Amino acid sequence: MADEKKRGWLGRLREGLARTASNLTGGITAIFTKKKLDDETLENLEELLIAADLGVGAASAVTKRLASTRYNKEISAEEVKEALAEEVTKILAPVALPLIIDASRKPHVVLVTGVNGTGKTTTIGKLAHRLRQQGHSVMMAAGDTFRAAAIEQLQVWGERAGVPVVSGAVGADAAGLAFEALQRAKADSIDVLLIDTAGRLQNKANLMAELTKIVRVVQKLDPTAPHDTLLVLDATTGQNAHSQVDLFRQAANITGLVMTKLDGTARGGVMVALAERTKLPIHMVGVGESIDDLQPFDALSFARSLAGLADETVS
Amino acid sequence: MFESLQDKLGGVFSRLTRRGALKESDVAEAMREVRVALLEADVALPVVRDFVRKVQEQAVGTEVLRGINPAQQVIKIVHDELVAMLGSEQEPINLRANPPVPVLMVGLQGSGKTTTSAKLALKLTNKENKKVLLASLDVYRPAAQEQLRVLGEQAGVKVLPVIPGQMPVDIAKRAMQAGALQGYDVVILDTAGRLAIDEALMAEVVAVKAAVNPAEILLVVDSLTGQDAVNTGKIFKDRVGITGIALTRVDGDARGGAALSMRAVTGCPIKLLGVGEKIDALDDFHPARVASRILGMGDVVSLVEKAAATIEKEDAEKLEQKMLKGQFDLDDLAKQFRQMRKMGGMDGLMALLPGVGKVKKQMAESNINDQMLARQEAIILSMTRKERRKPDVLNGSRRRRIAAGAGVQVQDVNRLLKQFQQMAQVMKKMGKLQKKGAMSPQALRNLIPPQGYGR
Repeated sequence: MADEKKRGWLGRLREGLARTASNLTGGITAIFTKKKLDDETLENLEELLIAADLGVGAASAVTKRLASTRYNKEISAEEVKEALAEEVTKILAPVALPLIIDASRKPHVVLVTGVNGTGKTTTIGKLAHRLRQQGHSVMMAAGDTFRAAAIEQLQVWGERAGVPVVSGAVGADAAGLAFEALQRAKADSIDVLLIDTAGRLQNKANLMAELTKIVRVVQKLDPTAPHDTLLVLDATTGQNAHSQVDLFRQAANITGLVMTKLDGTARGGVMVALAERTKLPIHMVGVGESIDDLQPFDALSFARSLAGLADETVS
Repeated sequence: MFESLQDKLGGVFSRLTRRGALKESDVAEAMREVRVALLEADVALPVVRDFVRKVQEQAVGTEVLRGINPAQQVIKIVHDELVAMLGSEQEPINLRANPPVPVLMVGLQGSGKTTTSAKLALKLTNKENKKVLLASLDVYRPAAQEQLRVLGEQAGVKVLPVIPGQMPVDIAKRAMQAGALQGYDVVILDTAGRLAIDEALMAEVVAVKAAVNPAEILLVVDSLTGQDAVNTGKIFKDRVGITGIALTRVDGDARGGAALSMRAVTGCPIKLLGVGEKIDALDDFHPARVASRILGMGDVVSLVEKAAATIEKEDAEKLEQKMLKGQFDLDDLAKQFRQMRKMGGMDGLMALLPGVGKVKKQMAESNINDQMLARQEAIILSMTRKERRKPDVLNGSRRRRIAAGAGVQVQDVNRLLKQFQQMAQVMKKMGKLQKKGAMSPQALRNLIPPQGYGR
């Protein structure tokens, strides 16, 4: 862990992504050692993209775009990687937008949502640390009043990041807690308020209504809040991410995405399909368990890593 | 889970059934659609490939049986293959070892290990009469040990006290010692979430395994998982040697691909399903029923079992008697509403019934939900005892009074009464059937609207 700190985030991100991409690219190399780009090869390429969780639709769209310019041409594995990265970058670049904090709002309210176990609390902890480093004053609200020990978990992150945590009793009304936290943040003239929420499956109408209520109640104090509503997606999630985005958007007007656990074997390819379909900004990615492992989303390196070209880019 | 896979496959098959004779190209076309449906349901690519190949091989090689059409034959092959893929037998948690029997829970971060550990502890305590000890080996995630302690408290199950700074292997050994000394039957060891490629943490879980020799190592998997199921399943299988799978968040709207992939990739049986946030929301996994559900044939057996567990037996017998005599009254209806709520509400029930995919959608569109059940119950509760027993006395002014009492419109009261009458008629019919001794499964099936295709 100590070693990792020294390597800087790009190195870690690239390493994380390279691991995730290795299967994909190994496969591509196997298909394209100087071959004609014919139907069979395209079909195999499409399947490789499907295996990276792009989904049938997005995989076939990307493949078609490749075919439109290079069909029946002799093409090497390297060229295919380049072309693939190029297509994926085209899709991702417009949505790779940083989370912009307007500290003059005092506070800028960020609501963090997602299904159970995607890493909301961890993401908030890391985000608090990051914002502190950027010189903002930060407050966190332990809005997950349902899951056992979620409040304690956020408090530990609060200590690590040196950020105060507003918490209530277990089982308390999350909307009420958010309201109270916003009051305190206003009174203390805090720059950023991060509100954690309990994980909820998007098809549970009553739980989603609760989320809507948090938004409504927060708006009583500040009609412009929450200024950012993030949906945290787990990289291992497959096509269900679409349903998550749609339903959370309906309930809480999601303004941006965060993808966690990209340091594992999961590839998070569903982001490509999401970017194309929803155009929602992708703000950050989580690439590890330590406090520095939350990084801005970089379309080019994500795409190149996905295509197995990480080594030659950036830095 | 599984609904939209069911919708998709249902579509493919109904197109297939509408054709009389099947050409090979028809089957090939249908299988292409099946492939896409499975991939969109997040079934892992290698598993889909394998599945489609097997079905095609069989479909080409088999002779069509008399009495069923070729399309039904194909559907049967798909069904049988699905069952084979999911494993044909339901396999219980293996507790065949000297007590205390160690059960090890492993998986990725956020898959639901801690919650599942507590749910399993409660299940073994209540259903199998075991004395269970829970222990958290998660020394990494903040407050993870605290989480298990709280959940244990909720479940009324003992949790091994935490010694700060103690490492996982030592905690596991201490848990086993405590289990042996204090006469526990089962010790459930909850571990930290770990990535399959995290060598250090994988080595740690292997060391825990070596230290306690678990009778069961359950890989806890999120049913929202996509294609990564292949990597995770394979690595945990190879590296740790899992013996079973617990699938969580099955109450979400994922299409269930992870279930199919995990089973196929690891060869281990799925043993448990996490079906809700409540601490008792943990079901056994029945492969054949799930396969039927995927193909839109519902899960009548699950429903019956669920009903049996929830409805108090005495009540059920009383109700049965009343039904037989055609004396079903509004009090009984209100009781039924309450029972439906207990059994997981409309959604929970509907998911188990055959062929209701469409009905469910219509219901969602017309806003039929649990709230409506509550409102109907309120209407009944606004009636006098006499009115509930003899709905015939309900004239216009009584109905207006009831509507005002329940805070609804008179039309709502009328609608409820009409429904009640229809229900009472069906009950009478069933009563007659039973008197004739014809309450066979076949007769029951006749009451259920026919399906588009047979098994």
